[in-house]
Amino acid sequence: MTGLQIAAAVAVVVVAVVTYTLGRRSATRSGQDFDFARRTVRSRRNAAAMSGEYLCAALFIGITGVVLAEGADGLWYPIGFTAGFVALLIFVAAPLRRSGAYTMPDFIDARVPGAGMRGLASLVAALIGVLYLLPQLHGAELAARTLFGGPDWAGPVALTVLVLITVLGGGMRAITVTLAFQYWLKMFAIIAPTLVMLVVFIGSAPGGAPHGITSDDPPVFARDSTIRISEPVTLRVEAPTKFEAHGEIAGHPTDGPTTWSPQRGPLEVGADTTLTFEAGAPVPVLAGHPAGNADWLDPSGGDVWDLLGTYSLLLALVLGTMGLPHILVRYYTNPDGIAARRTTLHVLLFVGIFAVFPIMLAVLSRLYVPRLLVTGETDTALLLLPSAMLGGGLAGQIVTAVLVAGIFSAVLAAASGLVFSVAGVISTGVLPERLRKQQLGAVLVAAAALAMALAAPRIDLAHTLSHAFALAASTFCPVLVLGIWWRGLKAKGAAAAMVIGAGLVLTAIGLEVAALQRGEEAPVLIQHPALVSVPVAFFVAIAVSKMSRRRVPADVDDLMLRMHAPDPLGFLRDRSFPRQTEEQTRSGLTRHRRHGHG
Amino acid sequence: MDDATRTSSPRWPRVRTPDPTLGRSSRPEMKPVSVERVPGAPAHAKADVDPPTKPKRQRIVLDDGPVAPVRPYLHSRSELAQQTSWGATLIADQIHGLLKIGVLFALLTVAVVGGLPLVMWLLPDFARLEVVGVPLAWLLLGVAPFPVLGGIGLLFVRVTERHERAFVDMIEHRG
Repeated sequence: MTGLQIAAAVAVVVVAVVTYTLGRRSATRSGQDFDFARRTVRSRRNAAAMSGEYLCAALFIGITGVVLAEGADGLWYPIGFTAGFVALLIFVAAPLRRSGAYTMPDFIDARVPGAGMRGLASLVAALIGVLYLLPQLHGAELAARTLFGGPDWAGPVALTVLVLITVLGGGMRAITVTLAFQYWLKMFAIIAPTLVMLVVFIGSAPGGAPHGITSDDPPVFARDSTIRISEPVTLRVEAPTKFEAHGEIAGHPTDGPTTWSPQRGPLEVGADTTLTFEAGAPVPVLAGHPAGNADWLDPSGGDVWDLLGTYSLLLALVLGTMGLPHILVRYYTNPDGIAARRTTLHVLLFVGIFAVFPIMLAVLSRLYVPRLLVTGETDTALLLLPSAMLGGGLAGQIVTAVLVAGIFSAVLAAASGLVFSVAGVISTGVLPERLRKQQLGAVLVAAAALAMALAAPRIDLAHTLSHAFALAASTFCPVLVLGIWWRGLKAKGAAAAMVIGAGLVLTAIGLEVAALQRGEEAPVLIQHPALVSVPVAFFVAIAVSKMSRRRVPADVDDLMLRMHAPDPLGFLRDRSFPRQTEEQTRSGLTRHRRHGHG
Repeated sequence: MDDATRTSSPRWPRVRTPDPTLGRSSRPEMKPVSVERVPGAPAHAKADVDPPTKPKRQRIVLDDGPVAPVRPYLHSRSELAQQTSWGATLIADQIHGLLKIGVLFALLTVAVVGGLPLVMWLLPDFARLEVVGVPLAWLLLGVAPFPVLGGIGLLFVRVTERHERAFVDMIEHRG
């Protein structure tokens, strides 16, 4: 084991142990901790907890990866992730809290009750959860492979086991404290390394002279680099490039120095090829990504379809935030609607502060680890950047360890939170009465996500995550927004919107996977379907509700009053505990703790 | 809920801690005014004393201290709760007002942030401008949106809370 691996392993172990201990220590009150938390958790700490859950792997390393690969076009991701909380704040936060619903199926059950509505909503929540877990597991795979080597499945399997231990062992129960800790850890783990590396960058700029980021040329290798290509790739070359190749180039076995100029078209590299570039050589990039730095910096390129794609992505991210199961659950820990709004505002500020740092790291990565542009594994930039900038010595190891701690914490918090909330949802909504146990739900969700993660094609983490957002935006968003603001929403309309919205998004995902397997690039609106699916879902919800002849039941007025009457009037009345929480009290989830603490 | 401090404070963006009594009957119990009862003259003395010269002693209390006002607000609240025609109109108006604020802020967000892709796409030369060596587009996309979005959120919370407070005041002070 190298020093770097030891440092990374220590970071992972420390985060895991502290998370687990904090969670267990603070979860002494079995089953009822949500109720106690409700009266005592202040909005800022609640916001830290919510941000702790929200800042997942795809945000932590995905933003850096996507900005490094796509340049200015990748900047829409952090904007969308932040703006999602504005939409949540404006349309959902306070009424959702006042409605007393604990999960999305609870809300649907209260607002548009009907046969099968809870089951349908639980199924959609589980789908969103699994899609959201996918980039977390892929992130774990990337990190494990980059740092430790080993087989592809090791990272996801290890993460799944850890998540199940945390969730089943109760480490995630009194989640507010744990998540707030995770949030501050992640903030530290991104800010401190960024500052250190910025200082190093500014200090080295005059002498060491990394190639100017604003010039028109492509980035260059800072030192001699040998890159192993394991899967066939198509590269784009902007200037005549000399390199040494061992393997297959453009279909011919090659062994020795080669020159490739832009006139010869795209450079096709076969599997298991080693390319060696000398220092100062321009970096070829994956086809489809901007090659020159000026192109990379420029957000204006592309045709109308690219513009539509940008809007589609933004729409998915902005409206999808309100449908994420692990975010909605946290609203219940707010004492009232006003606190819910303030919590959301804090989350908005926290996430906004966070989002700036991965962007800066992406710019540094372009200068110092351009080799990732050749392999396309841009999501690993954060792991490789410190040693590239600070050298393999102690400084590089420490900074890497801090970043690894942040990334691991991001993966663990988001995955545990998701598995926990989705497990509760499906154990009450989907599983038959006899099997209604949250542990079973947790194992099912984790296993489904793991199986999908191992089978699914690897694409950019941020892009994978945007699918989960698109699904949430096309299913839960219309039901939530219309349910809160429009009295006329009926069960049939809500059900039709969820089914059609989910159908459209899942079809698009299927088509994209099919295109990837044929080695083509899918059309823009297949990659980002929200621009079509969200308006369709809204339209269907409204149209079907209007056509339905059933009258709006009287207790809808009651609920509308409760959701919108200001808190001081005292209409907020929390339902007795949601079913699954009561069941946890009785079931094994908390049993060991009661024994342990007498 | 301390009614006096909320309605008399002119500064509306006041940080209010979550109220521990929320969800219960939202008024504290009004204490009955304590009027000290003074016993009259002892019965056995009545016969001996000449009534006109020794009147019964009585304590006159000029200031009762804080007295609970009549509470018409409970009446309004129950009209809301029972969804009488007046209550239903009131809550419909309230929902409409909140929705209007929400839509206005959503449009503001769309105009500020949602306009960026279009601007960058329509004006490529503008996107390539540089400010002290940093491309303007990166400042506009990588840094500026976050404080702007935070500001929009802050403003929204303030406006909505003021709106809700006005509604509560209206309910509580209806004569």
